[in-house]
Amino acid sequence: MPETPTSPARADAAEQTPRRTFLDSILGFGFMSSAMAMLYPVTRYLVPPPGGEPATLSVVAARLANVPPNTGFVFNFGNRPALLVRTPEGELRAFNATCTHLDCTVQYRPETSQVWCACHDGLFDLGGGVVSGPPPRALERLTVQVRGESGQEEVVVSRD
Amino acid sequence: MMPRLVSWLDERLDLTGLTRVALAKTVPSHVHKGWYYLGGVTLFLLFVQLATGILLLLYYRPSAAEAFESVQFILTQVEFGWLIRNVHAWSANLLIAAAFAHLFSVWLLKAYRKPRELTWVSGALLLFLMLAFGFSGYLLPWNTLALFATRVGTGMAGSVPLVGDFLMRFLRGGDEVTGATLSRFYALHVAILPAMTTLLLVVHLFFVQRQGMSVPFDVEQSLPPGGRVPQTPFFPNYVLRDLMAWYVAMALLAALAAFFPWELGLKADPLAPVPAGIRPEWYFVAVFHTLKLLPGRVLGLEGETLGVLPLARRHCSCRSSTARRQRDGLVGCSQCSDSGRWGISYRSR
Ligand code: FES
Repeated sequence: MPETPTSPARADAAEQTPRRTFLDSILGFGFMSSAMAMLYPVTRYLVPPPGGEPATLSVVAARLANVPPNTGFVFNFGNRPALLVRTPEGELRAFNATCTHLDCTVQYRPETSQVWCACHDGLFDLGGGVVSGPPPRALERLTVQVRGESGQEEVVVSRD
Repeated sequence: MMPRLVSWLDERLDLTGLTRVALAKTVPSHVHKGWYYLGGVTLFLLFVQLATGILLLLYYRPSAAEAFESVQFILTQVEFGWLIRNVHAWSANLLIAAAFAHLFSVWLLKAYRKPRELTWVSGALLLFLMLAFGFSGYLLPWNTLALFATRVGTGMAGSVPLVGDFLMRFLRGGDEVTGATLSRFYALHVAILPAMTTLLLVVHLFFVQRQGMSVPFDVEQSLPPGGRVPQTPFFPNYVLRDLMAWYVAMALLAALAAFFPWELGLKADPLAPVPAGIRPEWYFVAVFHTLKLLPGRVLGLEGETLGVLPLARRHCSCRSSTARRQRDGLVGCSQCSDSGRWGISYRSR
């Protein structure tokens, strides 16, 4: 078919350009939305949640046989110090050993059977509650369990 | 701004030369061209693994005391953590499925024939790396199932003749599957395997670029003498189609991750009895069952070794009959099927 300036083929060609831009913009819009759909969850994921670390953790603090009554010691609880105390009555208690005042590490005082913070003379009782000194809150209590066969029991401390 | 930046870079790096190469690239277009997309989809899923894997690293802790808790933390506390973790777990499975489909398509279309032998070999090695990724990644959440699966898997390595004991201890980082194994598998999963994969992948893709796509026999033979297979420009036609294949994979992945969350199970407890119904991941099932069918020891040789022999022989006989295979077109290598049958009848005996 001979082409004349008024032939339909020519008219089509002229229309092609807007149609192509239109399709291109739809494609671009599609890509943009996909990128957003992926970026949104990722950015939210990157923001650390309150607490900022795994909340539950369980650690074998000691062999039961190695913890006589009226003693206490600090052990590593997921990169943070924790305090395991055996009361004069033989009961096991565990606390987050970070002082609620200014983050010093507390210790057990066998003479008074209390938990003591050396930094500003904070005193806590064996329930973790504040007895005296500047600490504003009680120490966080951790869960203590004794596991294993008798004679070989392990003291497992966990947070839940 | 953009055009000025482009011309600035062009002056220094000759980008026009590169674009010319990209624009001149074409992909053959024929009835079997659909299979070409599988390689691209596999690559896409690998990218997904890389991205989600890096994200998981931000919260994951590789120790026996904390691994399980940290994954639990990702799933329950971190926003969209469930999504990232489920996508990672599902994408791992889809990736291996896609890699297998890619392998079989290349095999059945005989795309491995000269000059593409090295592409085939590098691809097969990549598949092994993907399986190693699957095996090592499976242990990382440190749940009971993973612990026992790893115990069984590494225990199998122990039955390899001569070096078995060493291999098992080497894999486990000791005599038992413990926190030491976890550290090892972690290093393997996030450093050693990715490095090896990157290297092999670059080689694999370089071969593919260098040689272009293989055209199947029947397509070549159906051409009139002197005829040429029709070609599609790589850019933008083929790239856009490839992208659409990626979208299909992404849609499937998103649906699976959202509606079928991957279970975390219980924290690994070495003292707990093996849970009922324990079985390997689907991509190891074939290996496991083959090994189960083989007798433990034949003439002083481990069953596993014998099981591998037919494969080796098949390989040799195939090579010797290349010419006939090329004539036959489809499944020409009769010696192959012979030795395959030999292998099966041997197993059922
Ligand atoms: S930090 Fe413990 S009392 Fe001040």
